[in-house]
Amino acid sequence: MQVFPFVVVAWILAVGLYGIVTSRHLVHQIVCLIIVQSSTYVLLLGVGYRTGAVAPYFFDVPERTPAVDPVVQALALTDVVVEAAVTALLLAFAVQAHKRFGTLDPQELVQLKG
Amino acid sequence: MTPALRRWIFLAGAAGLVAFYLWGLAGLPGFGNYPGPYGDIINRIAVGQTNATGVVSAVNFEYRAIDTVGEEFILFVAAAGVSVVLRHLRSERERATLDEAREAPPASDAVRYVALILTGPIVVFGWWLASHAQTSPSGGFQGGVVLTTAVILIYLAGQFLAFQRISPTDLTEAVEAVGAGGFAAVGVSAVVLGLAYLTNFLPLGSTPGGVFSSGTIALISFFVGIEVAAAFVLIVGELVEQTLLVREGSR
Repeated sequence: MQVFPFVVVAWILAVGLYGIVTSRHLVHQIVCLIIVQSSTYVLLLGVGYRTGAVAPYFFDVPERTPAVDPVVQALALTDVVVEAAVTALLLAFAVQAHKRFGTLDPQELVQLKG
Repeated sequence: MTPALRRWIFLAGAAGLVAFYLWGLAGLPGFGNYPGPYGDIINRIAVGQTNATGVVSAVNFEYRAIDTVGEEFILFVAAAGVSVVLRHLRSERERATLDEAREAPPASDAVRYVALILTGPIVVFGWWLASHAQTSPSGGFQGGVVLTTAVILIYLAGQFLAFQRISPTDLTEAVEAVGAGGFAAVGVSAVVLGLAYLTNFLPLGSTPGGVFSSGTIALISFFVGIEVAAAFVLIVGELVEQTLLVREGSR
């Protein structure tokens, strides 16, 4: 099926967003954000894929072998690094929120703020 | 806002998103029919131009190296940000040992042995990854993260003190700065030689795919490996240290 990977992208995105909206725990919410971002990996790699092509590494295959798009793969790498950085910062904020307010429930945090 | 209302608003928004996504999907070439041309052009010229057989690394550390500088500094800033957010507040003091702080039972012998056995091979694997960006699917980012796991394994073995001893914060910060600065310095060196920033000015080596080939790609990957490993060790260290803190009044 030609569009199946792109449907998977939409599914991962939607599940992650639903998790963020309904979450009752900050760490759970951060994990949901990671899931939302994972959909972009599938999208990037799906866009650059070519049926029957090899990975863009020409160490043991001739240079003219049809290969998938290396540009989106490099972008996916950037994506992963940014995700790791964002996750680290958000987790640090979660630690501070728990210290300050004694709870990690986003909905209670909103109420505390008034 | 009640959770039920929030959910309805989300469903309405999601319906709109799905509609737009499907609309966009209709205009995409089907899966497996990559239309090019950029990927194809790079695949054709990269090996000849850089002597690197790993085209993804060639893209990251050569063709769009300037973006990768930014990417690396995102990580650098994130590590600094975690340090700032998790700084010691005036009302906090530090516990003497981690064992006092964590209520979990100490690591079992099985965990200790597996961690000890794995640490050495993982260090080797991490360096191998960081130094083979030019040949095979690997590179500084992947290698750096693997190197960090070696340090985390030592922590998992229950040795927080050892964790601090092998990665004292000052030294780790210095190493991180060397990694980040090294990348930038490679770029500036090209400028000093009268070339554009981050031009590949080193000899490319005689055979494509050799470890000592591809000029600055291998060098940049090495610096990125150092930077990534140090940044993640810093972040993990900061987060672990939080379990050592006590706030006045609590307990």
